[in-house]
Amino acid sequence: MASSGGTGVRAPGRASIGVRTLRTDRWWAAPLATFGFLFGWVVYATVRVCLHSDYWVAKYHYLTPFYSPCLTKSCTPDSALFGRPLPRFPIIIPFAIVSLVFLLGFRMTCYYYRKAYYRSFWAAPPACAVAEPHRRYSGETRFPLVIQNSHRYFFYLAALVALVNTIDLIDSFTQGLGLGNIIMLINVVGLWGYSASCHTCRSIMGGRLNHFSEHPVRYRLWGWVSKLNGYHMQLALGTLVTLAVTDAYIALLAAGAFSDLRIIS
Amino acid sequence: MTYDAHFRVWRGDTDAGDLQDYIVEVNDGEVVLDVIHRLQATQTPDLAVRWNCKAGKCGSCSAEINGRPRLLCMTRMNNFGADETVTVTPMRAFPVVRDLVTDVSFNYTKAQQIPAFAPPVGVAPGDYRMAQVDVERSQEFRKCIECFLCQDTCHVVRDHEENKQAFAGPRFLMRISELDMHPLDSRDRKLEAQDRHGLGYCNITKCCTEVCPEGIHITDNALIPLKERVADRKYDPLVWLGSKIFRRGSSTGGARTPGA
Ligand code: SF4
Ligand code: SF4
Ligand code: FES
Ligand code: FES
Repeated sequence: MASSGGTGVRAPGRASIGVRTLRTDRWWAAPLATFGFLFGWVVYATVRVCLHSDYWVAKYHYLTPFYSPCLTKSCTPDSALFGRPLPRFPIIIPFAIVSLVFLLGFRMTCYYYRKAYYRSFWAAPPACAVAEPHRRYSGETRFPLVIQNSHRYFFYLAALVALVNTIDLIDSFTQGLGLGNIIMLINVVGLWGYSASCHTCRSIMGGRLNHFSEHPVRYRLWGWVSKLNGYHMQLALGTLVTLAVTDAYIALLAAGAFSDLRIIS
Repeated sequence: MTYDAHFRVWRGDTDAGDLQDYIVEVNDGEVVLDVIHRLQATQTPDLAVRWNCKAGKCGSCSAEINGRPRLLCMTRMNNFGADETVTVTPMRAFPVVRDLVTDVSFNYTKAQQIPAFAPPVGVAPGDYRMAQVDVERSQEFRKCIECFLCQDTCHVVRDHEENKQAFAGPRFLMRISELDMHPLDSRDRKLEAQDRHGLGYCNITKCCTEVCPEGIHITDNALIPLKERVADRKYDPLVWLGSKIFRRGSSTGGARTPGA
């Protein structure tokens, strides 16, 4: 096992060990699970937003977050809380294309998701101390990945979308209270938690200051966001679950698979 | 409990080397370094291993155990089953000197390239005054024992020798972050972090945080905040415009004595 003149752990001068890792634990399990979960979610979401049906329960004003806000003439008029300024959409274009672009941008540039997909989709690295398969690596130094630095803009846009989801939720409460509202409520609380725990939010609130002592309010805000930030991964993944559950529940209700469990009608 | 453990230890030097098998006695409460020392005392007097404190404080005994970068002196033998093979190799990101000893001078070179703390003009040593809340954040980074396990694990250099020129590594980007957050440091370190020390290479995959024996949240508390500060300066036209209009340089950087 002499040095092979390769790069990385096989570079000349380094201890010559033939294998890419000597880890004996199941290091591949976490990236594999992340891959499966994210891939499955994207497939589900893509199918649902392209379906153009079962997104609105007129009786209880339940609108799935995947179709909110509905801004196109293709939408059922009463589901369009903000009017329908856009023309009809052909099949395949999601009704909520505007908000979906923002949300996709927000999650794709999120520091947690970056870690998740760099590891599980890109294998850079697949796991710690497991050699990656790429010959060259420039990280986020140049185009296209330098665009990750735009996360802050998506943060503001995603906060707007969370506001829209909150308005949808309030609208649903005008029709009484059922299991549907509660599921929507959990989702909206989760979305605000996810946005508030964002690293960019942490920086905006106070992280970019050097003199906390001169900004007591921002220091306190920074402290709160820092606490939430410790759960950013859980919130990022948890809200994918609440989004899918909210959508599936409303889809099944709209399709008449079962009726809503009503508490106050 | 005393038992005989199966150890595989990398022996060799720059030119060649391989894993060699040993059966060594292990006693209750021992750490991997104890077993390596017993091996040295009983079977392989010429085995090279670097260590000093045996208390996880000097950062000398960094190596890789079953493929994971760890301190030899802080890895307890009861992590492993009595029938489990324990494989010990030198750190794989640095040139090997002999057996478990590597040449970590890459890290000293990087340390030298980072401009030192720069107090504001007119404030002499002894006159530094800082509020505790202003320095609290960076005190976490001062726990670093310079074991360089984070530098060893970071895939940017571990897997790409050619990036060693451009990339300072997590330990030293953390140092820049610490100075950039420092209430009395007057140097603007954001652009140089990105342009000269390779912050952009870090893809925040957190392996440095995973292996740090001091439990420093390197990625969350040093690297990501630094990336945000760089984005403020380099990639955010709004912040740039705001600072031109309101001339607020002080809140995003620059030093001021509190109350001044
Ligand atoms: S988070 Fe960045 S610095 Fe730390 S190991 Fe990963 S790429 Fe390297
Ligand atoms: S940051 Fe942690 S892992 Fe890196 S050198 Fe310091 S103590 Fe070691
Ligand atoms: S860091 Fe994850 S949303 Fe901003
Ligand atoms: S010998 Fe000092 S850290 Fe292990």
